[in-house]
Amino acid sequence: MQLALFIIFGALALGGALNLLLQRHPIHSALSLVVVMMSLAVLYWSLGAEFLAAAQVIVYSGAIMVLFVFVIMLLNAGTEQRTRGSRAAYAVGIPGAAAIFCLLSFVFLSERGALKSSNIGGDLSSATDNIAEVSAMLFTKQLLPFEVTSILILVAILGAVVLARKEQ
Amino acid sequence: MTLTHLTNFELFLLLSVLKVAVVLVILLLAVAYTVLLERKLLARMQNRWGPSRVGPFGLLQPLVDGAKSFLKEDMNPLAAERPLFILAPIIALGCALISVAVVPFGAVTRVHGVDLFQIANVNIGLLVILGITSIGVYGITLSGWSSNNKYSLLGSLRSTAQVISYELALGLSLVGVVLRAQSLNLRTIVNSQSAHGALSWNIFGGFQIVAFFIYLMAAFAETNRAPFDLPEAENELVAGYHTEYSSMKFAMFFMAEYANMITVSCVATLLFFGGASSPFGHIFNDFFNTPVLNAVFPVCWFVAKVFAFLALYIWVRGTLPRFRYDQLMSFGWKFLLPLAMANIIVTSFVIAMRG
Repeated sequence: MQLALFIIFGALALGGALNLLLQRHPIHSALSLVVVMMSLAVLYWSLGAEFLAAAQVIVYSGAIMVLFVFVIMLLNAGTEQRTRGSRAAYAVGIPGAAAIFCLLSFVFLSERGALKSSNIGGDLSSATDNIAEVSAMLFTKQLLPFEVTSILILVAILGAVVLARKEQ
Repeated sequence: MTLTHLTNFELFLLLSVLKVAVVLVILLLAVAYTVLLERKLLARMQNRWGPSRVGPFGLLQPLVDGAKSFLKEDMNPLAAERPLFILAPIIALGCALISVAVVPFGAVTRVHGVDLFQIANVNIGLLVILGITSIGVYGITLSGWSSNNKYSLLGSLRSTAQVISYELALGLSLVGVVLRAQSLNLRTIVNSQSAHGALSWNIFGGFQIVAFFIYLMAAFAETNRAPFDLPEAENELVAGYHTEYSSMKFAMFFMAEYANMITVSCVATLLFFGGASSPFGHIFNDFFNTPVLNAVFPVCWFVAKVFAFLALYIWVRGTLPRFRYDQLMSFGWKFLLPLAMANIIVTSFVIAMRG
């Protein structure tokens, strides 16, 4: 069941990401990104991280991507013009991408044994509710990063308000 | 015919598909008759009859309206962006109908191990509803843009901004309820209000009355209903984001709005009014103690409460004037959001003091 879910939604995420690159109009690309985000949420849920899946849908697909779509609609960006890529980019890019792909596959395949027995989420015991566990960890052991991140977000909001203010 | 030859999984699958079919049919019928209810109630408030010709008391009006929608010409403007034009009402109606999958509309009644009155009992039921509401925004956003029409675009952008602004107040107002129930599971939230009948409902015994009012106002804004219905007012923006839609697609937007109303009313009864539990609590438990009545009465209570909320929606529509757009946005950001945060602080303080 988990394998079936992974194959279907992994393929959907890959397809969405490829569609994002290949579409000519930015709005279609933004909607493909929404599909990718929601497939990732399903993958998180199938791994047992239900709260993270819900947060991914609510925050990423439901708020951040809506803002992206908003901006694209307001800026009225037209369709992208197809140009021929530069020869230098093709000459360096394709061997480079192939090299990185070979390197990554080599590392993953040679470390197969270690990946299989890794202890992801070792801090979390599955004794209680997923949310209770995550929030207990977040508000006790990870309190400082949590508070610092919230101040960071506050600074970003203030910066946006200052930048968007009218000159007086 | 016993079902013992099926494995547990097949039994679960069969019963789930059956539940989904029944709930979907009932929900679509409810949406159609909510339209009729609104027309009749608004009419009585305005001292006229409303639909009363088709069938007794106008009860066959929704069927006739549905037939009319099917037979109308489906116009597609030449310059509209076709794929998104067709996708937008699908997203709107789909998201409006999906939320009912996690709503428990009766007491726990198990048949072969499967709970009859809830389709999906997930641990994060409340977050699922919030998430689906967030995705439903895309239906509105894409409809206005893909119509290639200035008025539609303005209407849809206004409506999108309104919905995402009030989503914050909506989500924060529910935190007090979650604090009291210690869980996001909708069954657990309903069970936490079942101790003493009406006195232990979240609005009375849980002292979440401020949260209830914030939720109510945010819900009115989320569903684009009066007094927050500027994006779809006929005399403001032609017809807002569904100007260019005709027949079936328009009917889908229309149904999506009423289905959203029903979903929001279901969530309000679950979170603040005890869901399917009776206001008399356990006083009359011994009177009608047959299994069938024990299953049926909670569903009747739930339906009665949802009906009361729908009547409230319609009552408010017939009474209050519309908000202007800037008044609407400042109300959501400068009043409801700080009030919701204050509610969270006070609720958590009280819970910390008590426990």
